[in-house]
Amino acid sequence: MNAPLRRSGVVILVLFGLLFANLNWVQFYKADEYRTHDFNSRVVVAEYETPRGVIEAGGQALAQNKTTDDELKYLRTYPEGKIYAPVIGYKPVIIGATGIEASENDFLSGASDKLFADRLSSMFTGDNPGGGNVVLSLNTKAQEVAWKQMTDNQRGVTKGAAVAIDPGTGAIQAMVSMPSYDPNPLVSHDTEAASKAYNALVKDKDEPLINRAVGATLPPGSVFKVIVSAAALQNGYKTSTEIEAGSVYREGGATIRNSEEEVCPGSQVTLKEALTESCNTGFARLGVALGADKVKDTAKAFGFEDDTIKVGDLDSKSGLSVAASRTGEIANPDGTTDTAALAQSSLGQRDVRMTPLQGALMAATVANGGRQMRPYLVQKLLGPDRRTIYTAEAEKLREPITSGVADDLRDMMVSVVENGTGKRARIEGFTVGGKTGTAQNAEGANPHGWFIGFAFDESGKAVSAVCVMLENVPGGHASAEAARIAGLIMKAAAGRGGD
Amino acid sequence: MTAPAVPAPPPASTGEMSRIPTGWKTRRNAELGLLAFAMVIVAVFGATVEANQFGEIRMTAWIPAALVGILFLGLHVVVRYTAPFADPVLLPAVALINGIGVAFLRRLDLARAIAQKQPEPGIFAGTGGRQLAWTLASLILAAVLLLLIRDHKIVSRYAYTLGLVGIVLVMLPAVLPPSISEVNGARLWIRFGSFSIQPGEFAKLALVSFFAYYLVRKREVLSLASRRFLGIDFPRGRDLGPVVTVWLLSLLVLVFEKDLGTALLYFGLFVVTLYVATERASWLIIGLLLFFGGVYVAYLLGASVGGPFANFYDRAEVWLDPFALENYERESGSSYQLVQGLLGLGTGGLFGAGPGAGSPGKVPEVRTDFIFAGLGEEIGLFGLAALLVLYLLIVERGLRAALAVRDSFGKLVAGGLAFTLGLQVFVILGGITGLIPLTGQTTPFLSAGGSSLMANWLLIAMLLRISDAARQPVTGAGPERPGPKKAPTQLHGAMTEVIKP
Repeated sequence: MNAPLRRSGVVILVLFGLLFANLNWVQFYKADEYRTHDFNSRVVVAEYETPRGVIEAGGQALAQNKTTDDELKYLRTYPEGKIYAPVIGYKPVIIGATGIEASENDFLSGASDKLFADRLSSMFTGDNPGGGNVVLSLNTKAQEVAWKQMTDNQRGVTKGAAVAIDPGTGAIQAMVSMPSYDPNPLVSHDTEAASKAYNALVKDKDEPLINRAVGATLPPGSVFKVIVSAAALQNGYKTSTEIEAGSVYREGGATIRNSEEEVCPGSQVTLKEALTESCNTGFARLGVALGADKVKDTAKAFGFEDDTIKVGDLDSKSGLSVAASRTGEIANPDGTTDTAALAQSSLGQRDVRMTPLQGALMAATVANGGRQMRPYLVQKLLGPDRRTIYTAEAEKLREPITSGVADDLRDMMVSVVENGTGKRARIEGFTVGGKTGTAQNAEGANPHGWFIGFAFDESGKAVSAVCVMLENVPGGHASAEAARIAGLIMKAAAGRGGD
Repeated sequence: MTAPAVPAPPPASTGEMSRIPTGWKTRRNAELGLLAFAMVIVAVFGATVEANQFGEIRMTAWIPAALVGILFLGLHVVVRYTAPFADPVLLPAVALINGIGVAFLRRLDLARAIAQKQPEPGIFAGTGGRQLAWTLASLILAAVLLLLIRDHKIVSRYAYTLGLVGIVLVMLPAVLPPSISEVNGARLWIRFGSFSIQPGEFAKLALVSFFAYYLVRKREVLSLASRRFLGIDFPRGRDLGPVVTVWLLSLLVLVFEKDLGTALLYFGLFVVTLYVATERASWLIIGLLLFFGGVYVAYLLGASVGGPFANFYDRAEVWLDPFALENYERESGSSYQLVQGLLGLGTGGLFGAGPGAGSPGKVPEVRTDFIFAGLGEEIGLFGLAALLVLYLLIVERGLRAALAVRDSFGKLVAGGLAFTLGLQVFVILGGITGLIPLTGQTTPFLSAGGSSLMANWLLIAMLLRISDAARQPVTGAGPERPGPKKAPTQLHGAMTEVIKP
């Protein structure tokens, strides 16, 4: 019997050898994968062991921590709730993070290379101070005014967005998206309640989770005439050049009319007057006269077709993704220019789509003498001890127009606010320029109201460029309400309002 | 059937120390030394837990280690006087695993008390305290077994009774109403209020005794009077009848009780004792073919027919890809446990987080089936490898006792028990590490659970008893001629065959 007993011993030895080999596989080869696996809640617990950095603007905490006595030691709270939610996003326990919380996650959690020295010193001192703090460029006054005016608008519009930029630096002064959401329930440590709140937001047909300022593209309407004007000025036109207008213009099957009978009924109108009154027939003819390539190229020079922009920190070029604005197809199937499409596109209709951020960038470019600065949201990164680790240094993104063209466009846009369709954007003591847009969208639906604009203070310094977009505005003159809100935002951004 | 004749106990078994010839080493002091070493490890484990959980080591940290130390010392004294030649490694190796088990279960109690802001449980409260109490009871029972059964061959006298008892023990929970016997869908228990035992755990001991006795008695017929079919020698049905009946019955009951792991163990136990008894490798081949064939058929049936096999199919699917979302999130029989266990093991890595510094509470059933995963997070690959070596040591020492003992009955009992213990370790550890499909099993001496602990300690007492018989000097050779001499095991045990039909 001893021979089979010995062989049984060998069998056990082999079985244990298999166990040992498999343990090596699990605990050595796969260890790192398992340690950081999504299903491994130890990762979450470890993440909440140290306080996450604070997100702030203008000395005000927008995302901070509360100590708890559950397993996850710190609860993330957003004291301003809906106002900043689309920008800051949220950092939930199990769902993915969004917004600045996601793009600056490494820095906030303390894992960033920028905080290597802090981590090293905490290894010796034993106390972990937590992650770094993010200071946003947002002007809290401008943000609050923008939020209040948007959500309290005089037309009862429920969807829209507003962006304000410092034209000289590209710093975002305000970014509001409506409707918004309260991020606090989403970061609850009760993950079931958090999922429930999240699912309710996902199902909401008004899509509150979308940051419309950077993520929604809509037909810009007459705002696009700024691009066509720029294209004309680049190609030898002057502000005083007479262009063809008229009350009706038929081109390739499309019929272009003006918004009202009294707008540019004459056959000739100067370029400046055409923009001031928002003369549709004039710009449709102008676009066709310039040709599709020039219109498209100018739009592209201003930032259309670019889907690489992220608004966050300039250093790592991470941040909120910006949807690409598009001029759309303006060609027949055989490759020739579809002049009907070109005429309609020149009015910002047809397939032209634009984000509110792109609108603000256009106004900022004009106000900044033709140089478009790269937009950013993160002004500063501070270490856990509030030592400054990074400060945003303004960076030119592109230069679509010469300063001469920019000056001409500036005059034309100032005329829009002083004499034309954008009167409601006027701010006392400031030089304000802009362009309105009323964009037809679906059949029978109310049009979207747009306004892009800029403001110079008494000393002649460009203080703010802004874009306000309201979806489906009832009651006519859709852009007037957008212009009114834009004026108030710029005033607050310049430090003259909102108190 | 009449009880078989049993030989008189060995003449020298009266007068404890007198049967040790002068100059003969019993290795009892080696056992004591190893035991002390094992208890130091348990104490250090307990102290590290306190340091990591409370940031300080209090006096109470030493109490559990001291208590288990005293208990094992007591059993050591009993072994010293009742089984002086017993293998000196068995007891300390088991004591170390048992002690780590108690300390780790107490560590889980402490962590839970801290998390729920409750006062920490007393020394005999909580799972760790209950395990300590069960250890005490198990050791007393093991000591009683060593004291009562001075010669393992006596057991063969009750072989048929034990066979019947084994079957009854296995069947009992299936016959009893589910309100008494069902826990988590498996009907394996007998519950009286908060107290419950798993009778099947004890059946293992009874069945192996019956198998051993029967196979020894029928050895010649089984290996000689056979029919050749397909090149394999099959014994006659009537010779194999009772064993196959008992085995099939227990297997059927276990499948009915959904305890696939134990069914597998009994299958292994049966095949290996048959193989050792007949020395025919064909039994192994037949056994393996039957086993894998059965598993494959069950898998296919589970995929197509469902019903009672669906559970089996689910387990196989979960095993093949535990991290697949549909397996992880499925309503019943999800891979959640397995995945959490694997993540715990992976988080532990090579060195582990250190006792008391991991999060074993995240692994479901960490006190019972998944204790090895919880422990692995804290002691790492190196710690688990050491535990594996301990188990291997116990199994191989048991097999060594089987090799050296002079009677066939002892060989089969020791061999069967040791092999089953090794197989059990393989089935549960293979299950939680994803090597084989998971079946619920306790990790011997480690998992919380009195029945398993007690039954396995009885198993160890039996091995100690047989190893004592195996290692004691051949009596009758004359005390004036000390020193090891060749035992007649060389003659294949035939001359010392003591059980006659």
